[in-house]
Amino acid sequence: MNLPEALSGLWAYWLLIALMMVGLYIVIARDNLIKKVMGLNIFQAAAILFYVTMAKVEGGTAPIVPHDPAHPGGHGAHDVVYSNPLPHVLMLTAIVVGVATTALALALAVRIHGDYGTSEEDEAVAYDAEHG
Amino acid sequence: MIEKILVLEVVLPLLAAPVCVLVRHPRFCRLFSLGVVAACFAIAVALLVEVRGGGVISYQLGGWPPPLGIEYRISTVNAYLLALVTAMALVIFSFDSRGGPPRVPEQRRHLYYAVFLLCISGLLGITITGDAFNIFVFLEISSLSSYILVSLGGHRRAVMSAFYYLVMGTIGGVFFMLGVGLLYQETGTLNLRDIAARLEPSLHDRGTVLALALLVVGISIKLAVFPLHHWLPNAYSFAPPKVSAFLAATATKVSFYLLAMILFTIFGAPFVFEELRLQAVLLPLSLLAMFLASGAAIFQTDLRRLLAYSSVAQIGYMTLGLSTANATGLAGGLVHLFNHAVMKGGLFLVVACLLYRVGSVHLDALAGIGRRMPLTSAALVIGGLSLIGVPGTVGFVSKWYLVSGVLERGWTAAAVLILLSSLLALVYVGKVVEVVYFRKPAETQPIDHVREAPLGMLAPAWVLAAAAVFFGLTTNWTYGVAREAAELLLAGGI
Repeated sequence: MNLPEALSGLWAYWLLIALMMVGLYIVIARDNLIKKVMGLNIFQAAAILFYVTMAKVEGGTAPIVPHDPAHPGGHGAHDVVYSNPLPHVLMLTAIVVGVATTALALALAVRIHGDYGTSEEDEAVAYDAEHG
Repeated sequence: MIEKILVLEVVLPLLAAPVCVLVRHPRFCRLFSLGVVAACFAIAVALLVEVRGGGVISYQLGGWPPPLGIEYRISTVNAYLLALVTAMALVIFSFDSRGGPPRVPEQRRHLYYAVFLLCISGLLGITITGDAFNIFVFLEISSLSSYILVSLGGHRRAVMSAFYYLVMGTIGGVFFMLGVGLLYQETGTLNLRDIAARLEPSLHDRGTVLALALLVVGISIKLAVFPLHHWLPNAYSFAPPKVSAFLAATATKVSFYLLAMILFTIFGAPFVFEELRLQAVLLPLSLLAMFLASGAAIFQTDLRRLLAYSSVAQIGYMTLGLSTANATGLAGGLVHLFNHAVMKGGLFLVVACLLYRVGSVHLDALAGIGRRMPLTSAALVIGGLSLIGVPGTVGFVSKWYLVSGVLERGWTAAAVLILLSSLLALVYVGKVVEVVYFRKPAETQPIDHVREAPLGMLAPAWVLAAAAVFFGLTTNWTYGVAREAAELLLAGGI
C-alpha cells in the first residue's frame, strides 16, 4: 500500500492515532494535574471515536427498523442497510466509565491541592523531597 | 442448581455495596461485607468442586444464548481464580483493623466497605465472564475502586500515588478497550470462545497482531509487568495496610489470569509462542523484574516499600512461568498466584499489625521488635522464608515447578538465574530478620510500651502464615488444580 492510498482509505484512523498521541503527550508532558486529566480525556475520546468509526457501514442509515406498509406488524423491509449499532451501545458504557474516571481524578486533584497547596506535579514532587 | 447460584458470585457483592451505603452503620457494614465475602467463597468452592476434572458450567445472563448474549462460563481455570480471590478476601476482611483507614472518619466508614465490595465484585466479574467487553467494564469497576482504596492511606503521598495509579490504570484500560475493538472488527463477535473460533482465518492480519499488542501492553500495565510497574511500589506502600494486603493478594492475580486467558485461549499458544515468539520479550522482562526489583528491595528502608518491590519481582516469576508455555512451567506460574497471594497477603497483614502497635514500619523503628511482638515477628519470618523459597514453604513449591518448566524448555541459563535471584530475596529478607531480632532498639525510639498485636489482627495474619507452611507441604490441592488449569489453557479451552 503506497502512502496516498493509505491516507485516503484510512484517514479516519490516522486522525484517531494523532488525537490519541496528543492526549498521551499531554498526560506525559504537562505538570499540571488538571491538564493531565484533560489529556487522559482526549486519549479516551480517541478510543471511543475508534469504535464509532468502526460501526459505520457505507451507505448505511440509522439502525431503526422502518415501517413497512406491506407487512403490518412485521419486521419491516429487509433490504435496508444499517450502520452497526453495537459499538455505539458499547461506547455508552465506555463514556460512563470515562466520566467516572474523570470525576475520581478531579476529586483526587482537589485532595492533592489541599495537602500540597499546589496542582503542579513538579512542585508536589519537590514538596515530598523536602518534607519526606 | 449450581448454575443458578453462579451469577450470585458477582451480584452479591455488587448489591451489597449500595446496601452498605444506605445502612451507614460501620459495625454492621463490616460484618455484613464479611458475610457476603464468605458466601462468595462458599459459591466459589462449590464451583471449583463441580468443574474439577474438566467440567464446564455456563450461565446465560437474561436468557440470551451466546454468542449474542453475555455468558458466564466456569472451568477449572477461572474457578481456581475465583476460589483464590474470595479466600484471600475472606481472610483479609476478617482482619480487624481497629478503626479502619486513617483518612476515613467514623461516620463515613460505611463507604469504605462499599468500595471494597465493589472492588471484589469487579475482580470476580473479570474472572467469571465470557464476554470481552464485559471484562473491560469489570476491569474498570475494580480499578476505579482500587484507586479510591489506595487514596485512603494516612500519608499525604497516598493521594498522589492513587493519582499516578489512576493515570497508568486508565491508559492500560483504554489499550485493553482498543484491543477488544480490533478483535471485534476482525471477528464480529465479543464472546471470548466465539472470537477464538473465528480468529483463525484472520490470525495473520495486521489488525489481529495490533490487537494482541494492545491487549498485552494494557494488561501488563494493570499486572505491573516490569518496566510498567512504576505505579505499584508507591500504591502498595502508601495505601491503608489492609488495602495493600488485599490488592497484593488479588488484583495482580486476576490481571495475570486475564493475560494468560487472552494469550492461550483467544490467540492460542502456537500463534503467540511459536510464530510471534512473545517469550523473546516476556522472558528477559521477567528476569529483569526478578533481579532489578529484588535489587531495589534490598535498598529499601521501609518494610512496606521493600515488600512492594518484592511483589514486582514475584510478578516476574509468574510471567516467567507464562513464557515457558509448557504445562509444568505454566502450572508453576499459576500455582505461584496462590502461593504469592498467601505469603504476600500474610506479610502485608503483619505490616498492618506492626503499624498498629509501633506506628511505623521504617526498619529503624522495628529494631528489636521480635522480643516485644514474638508472634507477629514469627509470622513475618515464615512469610519471608517463603519469599526466598525455603523447602517446606509455598515459595519452594512454586520455584520447583518453575525451574522444572524452564528446564523442560531447555533454558538452563534461566533456571540458574531463578536460583540466583532467590539469593537476592535471601538478602532482603535477611536484612529484615536481622533488624527485627538482633538489632538493639534505638535510644530515641523506645519500644518498651509495645505489646503483641490484638487477636483480631494476629489471627488472620497467622492463618495465612500457617497456609504458607501447610500448602508448602501438601501440594495436591494447589498444584493439582493449577496443573489441570494449565493443561486446559494450553489446549486452548476455558
